[in-house]
Amino acid sequence: MKLTASPAVRVGISISIATGLYGVSFGALSVTSGLDFWQTMALSLLLFSGGSQFAFIGVVGGGGSGIAAMSAATLLGMRNGIYGMQLNALLRPEGWRKYVGAQLTIDESTATSTGQSDPGEQRRGFWAAGIGIYVLWNFFTAVGALAGSGLGDPRQWGLDGAAVAAFLALLWPRLKGREPVAIAVACAVATVIAVPLVPAGVPILVAALVAAVIGWFSHGRSDEGLEPDVEPYAGHHGQGSREAGS
Amino acid sequence: MNLWFWLLLACLLAYGWKIVGYFVPARFLENPRMSRIAGTMTIGLLASLTVVNAAASGQSLAADARLGALAAAAVALALRAPFLLVVIVGAGTAALLRMAGWN
Repeated sequence: MKLTASPAVRVGISISIATGLYGVSFGALSVTSGLDFWQTMALSLLLFSGGSQFAFIGVVGGGGSGIAAMSAATLLGMRNGIYGMQLNALLRPEGWRKYVGAQLTIDESTATSTGQSDPGEQRRGFWAAGIGIYVLWNFFTAVGALAGSGLGDPRQWGLDGAAVAAFLALLWPRLKGREPVAIAVACAVATVIAVPLVPAGVPILVAALVAAVIGWFSHGRSDEGLEPDVEPYAGHHGQGSREAGS
Repeated sequence: MNLWFWLLLACLLAYGWKIVGYFVPARFLENPRMSRIAGTMTIGLLASLTVVNAAASGQSLAADARLGALAAAAVALALRAPFLLVVIVGAGTAALLRMAGWN
């Protein structure tokens, strides 16, 4: 079968382009947050998880410590472990594929794969989206980092406003229904209260604790908040990415 | 150099989460509490990061052009703008408000 004839591969390629492109904003924001070019590239090459990468540079840019940045990024990465369990059950990768596939396990590759019902398509969707996003995300991170370092004063260009917009855009698709909105509001309030009381970066960890306590005691959907930043099947069949794997 | 250490540790732990998922027995999947916490924590962290980047200035709260960027981004998202456009709208709004004199 020709790869381009596979619907999952086609979805994987389009999601790769959409996700890869906003690597530009990550690269530019990262260097204006105080990281250098290679630190920025290390995050995209090695950490490779959009939310965690934005969290790391967001904490550093706000004057937080390295340990606070690392903690926020690591807590945000927990969901990738859940995705790994789903994909392992779904694709049953063997040998080296397991270790390479793990690095490519993010919101978008998981959603592309679990949105398909045929096992072959699930596999092709995962690898097409995973490899495609990895390549383009890193390419556009480098473009953004090189462009960002020539910008001068980042505030003059509103790049601090760009960071605010980026976080809201990462949060937005996860706010489906009343409970996620309530969690977001509770954590926003906890953050506002904590900012004057604890060192920079720590309010984010206070909010994470509040969210974890809510998650422990709540009885909501078990996959709440586990949404891709860019919905692979938005133009195809709506909520397809929800059905499988849970 | 110190930042490099925390950065590489963050990279290592990020891969740690991912690979652990491939090695835990499938029966952990039947425990919905784990994935619920992963989900609520994702929402909580992103909400908190939004607030910190919009209104915190070191250890104090500030109302400046970034709040305008937050409002403009919310409008763009409500109008279903794609991610990159939302980010550009946020940057443009903050830059314009600063040009108009609101820091």
